[in-house]
Amino acid sequence: MVRKRGAPFARGVAEGLPFVVIMVPFGALFGVLATEAGLPLDQVMAFSVLVIAGASQFTAVQLMTDGVPAVIVVLSALAVNLRMVMYSAAMVPHIGSAPLWQRAIVSYLLVDQTYALAIQSYEAERAWSVADKVAYFAGTALPVFPAWIGATWIGAALGAQVPDSWQLDFAMPLAFLALVGPMLKTRAHVAAAFVSVAGTLALWWVPWNLGLMVAAVLALATGAEVERRAELRMGVRA
Amino acid sequence: MTVWLIILSLAALTYLTRFVFLGLVGDRPLPAWLLRHLRYTGVAVLPGLVAPLVVWPAATGGATDPVRLAAAVVALGVGAWRRDVIQAVVAGALTLAALSWLLPG
Repeated sequence: MVRKRGAPFARGVAEGLPFVVIMVPFGALFGVLATEAGLPLDQVMAFSVLVIAGASQFTAVQLMTDGVPAVIVVLSALAVNLRMVMYSAAMVPHIGSAPLWQRAIVSYLLVDQTYALAIQSYEAERAWSVADKVAYFAGTALPVFPAWIGATWIGAALGAQVPDSWQLDFAMPLAFLALVGPMLKTRAHVAAAFVSVAGTLALWWVPWNLGLMVAAVLALATGAEVERRAELRMGVRA
Repeated sequence: MTVWLIILSLAALTYLTRFVFLGLVGDRPLPAWLLRHLRYTGVAVLPGLVAPLVVWPAATGGATDPVRLAAAVVALGVGAWRRDVIQAVVAGALTLAALSWLLPG
């Protein structure tokens, strides 16, 4: 077996670096849009530093500009982040025995990109110790987080200077759709997305965007049910 | 004040989603039904959130706009096809710019 050599931390940095290309435009877009929505710099930055979850930050800002009650804003944005529970569980077999303070920091830095990199490498590098795995994770986070936070700041600073002719009102929908496209991995994902769209449009008359929440629950159930049936069919064939 | 409340509660609850197993529950397998639902949280919320913005954009006073609709379809299609967020945004933005220029509203 050919083992990739090199210190885990350095490898993490090297493999996290390409993700800067994604974090910078998205962070900047968040900074611009949140500033355009009327948030002062400290609140824009607090979003990116404390929440660190792009899709839910966009969700929260969009709903805030729609004048939706705070509780609904938080619940809707949190719903987008529930996949993190899955990430947290998937990390346990690898670094569950690391010291608590390390696990607390890893949790703070556990986003789509660092999670995807870490799981992939942990599966490949069976010989790594728990300390190696934590070091690799810290390495991936090193380029990713400053890029996200720095880009948010640049976006917020530029926010007011973007001309109206750029049609920035549509940047948020485009950003969301660009995030959704790659998520459509299976028929179950497509079915869930379809129910989410159809349900929200049909329930648009319900106050406080609650139609979105109802549609999301229906969409979750749809995705899970389509997956379950697909598995049953596979089971029959196998 | 309300905005700070939103930011801080969203931050705390999001942190909890990341910490719940690593810090609290530990190494216990998630039940299959729960995993099955968690896999669809992204596609259950985001498409619904964006649908009214695409179909009834505020910038046109809620009237459906073929230019925005086309840009949305391109962004989603390229994202699904290329599996790349950046390519999808760029394709959607270029479609929006090109069609706006061709069909000045």
